[in-house]
Amino acid sequence: MEEGYVTEDGRKIGGVVMEMKNITLRFGGVVAIKDISFDIRQGEIRAIIGPNGAGKSSMLNVISGFYVPQEGQVFYQGKPRPQMRPYEVARQGIARTFQNIALFEGMSVLDNVMTGRLNYMKTGLFQQAWWKGKAEQEETENREVVEKVIDFLEIQHIRKTPVARLPYGLKKRVELARALAAEPSLLLLDEPMAGMNVEEKEDMSRFILDVNDEFGTTIALIEHDMGVVMDLSDRVVVMDYGKKIGDGTPDEVRNNQDVIDAYLGVAHD
Amino acid sequence: MFYREAGDFKVSYQDDSQTFPIKFDRYRYYAVLAVAFLVIPFVINDYWANAILLPFLIYSIAAIGLNILVGYCGQVSLGTGGFMAVGAYAVYKLMTAFPEVSMFIHVLLAGGITALVCVAFGLPSLRIKGFYLAVATLAAQFFLVWLFNRVPWFYNYSASGQINAPERDVFGIVITGPNAASWATYFFCLIFLTLCAIVARNLTRGTTGRTWMAIRDMDIAAEIIGVNPLKAKLTAFAVSGFFIGISGALFFAVYLGAVEVGEAFGINKSFLVLFMVIIGGLGSIFGSFAGAAFLVLLPVVLKVIGVDMMGWPTDIVAHFQLVIVGALIVFFLIVEPHGLAQLWRVAKEKLRLWPFPH
Repeated sequence: MEEGYVTEDGRKIGGVVMEMKNITLRFGGVVAIKDISFDIRQGEIRAIIGPNGAGKSSMLNVISGFYVPQEGQVFYQGKPRPQMRPYEVARQGIARTFQNIALFEGMSVLDNVMTGRLNYMKTGLFQQAWWKGKAEQEETENREVVEKVIDFLEIQHIRKTPVARLPYGLKKRVELARALAAEPSLLLLDEPMAGMNVEEKEDMSRFILDVNDEFGTTIALIEHDMGVVMDLSDRVVVMDYGKKIGDGTPDEVRNNQDVIDAYLGVAHD
Repeated sequence: MFYREAGDFKVSYQDDSQTFPIKFDRYRYYAVLAVAFLVIPFVINDYWANAILLPFLIYSIAAIGLNILVGYCGQVSLGTGGFMAVGAYAVYKLMTAFPEVSMFIHVLLAGGITALVCVAFGLPSLRIKGFYLAVATLAAQFFLVWLFNRVPWFYNYSASGQINAPERDVFGIVITGPNAASWATYFFCLIFLTLCAIVARNLTRGTTGRTWMAIRDMDIAAEIIGVNPLKAKLTAFAVSGFFIGISGALFFAVYLGAVEVGEAFGINKSFLVLFMVIIGGLGSIFGSFAGAAFLVLLPVVLKVIGVDMMGWPTDIVAHFQLVIVGALIVFFLIVEPHGLAQLWRVAKEKLRLWPFPH
């Protein structure tokens, strides 16, 4: 793998984890993503921004295997990734959260976070039916990991509460906990701060930075709040109408004329 | 009034994920088991066994099976009657073909065969959801009943088209046929119910249960976090079919003794078990017991009140029963979709705080 770089705050960024090469995604006649290439490097926080309908979420769905692009190739850890189902992508160590929360409403917070550990559960149906021994041991081991994540995100007090009863901000945090419980090598966050007030946004930003810092998790995130994006991310991809119009550090992107035009509008004559 | 939890601490995650985390519940569970295993067999008589206890035990197994499919995995099924028939005919063929093998093995095998059939009919669930799946399982119901009526091999070419359970024993104790003692049949069913309930609880509190519930609550998100929907749904169909098959086998071999398939395992049976699950509580093992007890006891209680005490004609009381069950279903769907189990849960939350709720 190629060399990484060092960020302004002195974190070392490694080689390329995921590379998107000439991705094109169409829905019938609508071109959602047009010939986009970019990479995500080990340990960095990579933001994807753009106006509404720019194709950001579609891009995330391509990474998590939910959409299959018509053209282009996804490289994961240096190898071209064959077409696979979303659950197979999850097993490769890619976890994600959703723009409009996708938690399991009928289950408790603890059970929700425990589902994040599914890929680590190896016991079979019969061992689980018997429970004593292997299954119980496995449950306890994974519970320990989950409890660490619960501690980390400060949601101990709602552990046994059914998710349906929680307020919006906490649900977002539980969803992050579920993704983290999988100990992903790449974490995708789809608008982690949508609909939050300033205080909740600050909390969430802190958690994202802490996750990156403590576990060294690579993070790709979509966000609308420019202040947050510029503060958090190491490199930014800017999309507009399915095309990539900018890519670089927050400062570079901020001064890119195309980006300014896309966000502020430009006079067409 | 009952719960005193002071000093009831948990110091390990094992303790926290046990079936009855509260000490008081645990002791009550032991007490119920002790009564069921050590007291009832000695005081039981034919009336109690046939009118209440056997149907309760057998329907409880069926309700647990259906609850796993509908309540935990969210796959609506109207084929319960048909799947019970598979269990019944499987055990009949096994009993007559291998008379020397223990009935325990036959009933378990019948469960296994039903599980396979259930998985086959569960395959469409990967493509269709909700009402459409209900219709697909309804087709299973009618197809299976038709099959058992039309293919003489299933009823060993008997002239009446019925199947009759021959006399079989377990360790020398007769449990099928007219000479079976009521305590023996009761005990036999009780053992199966206890095993099924424990297995169901173990599966639902662990990984398997969480994958089922994830599929039920949001299948797209479940797939994103790594649940294989094919595997999750088909295991639910298999486990559910296993339990329903056992209940069908017991219903025919131990309880009824002789069965005409359309009558014993018709569409009404599917609805009856589904009502048990809805009234008892979707997604709750306790709810399956509560629902089965409720719908087994209701006709008995109504008969005692209506016919014996008030002196009304029997047919009027029977009609009343239909009206009451129908009204209750509507009532539960509107007021408490999680059924008796949820009522109990709410009561328990209150009791745990009583008398100092603040």
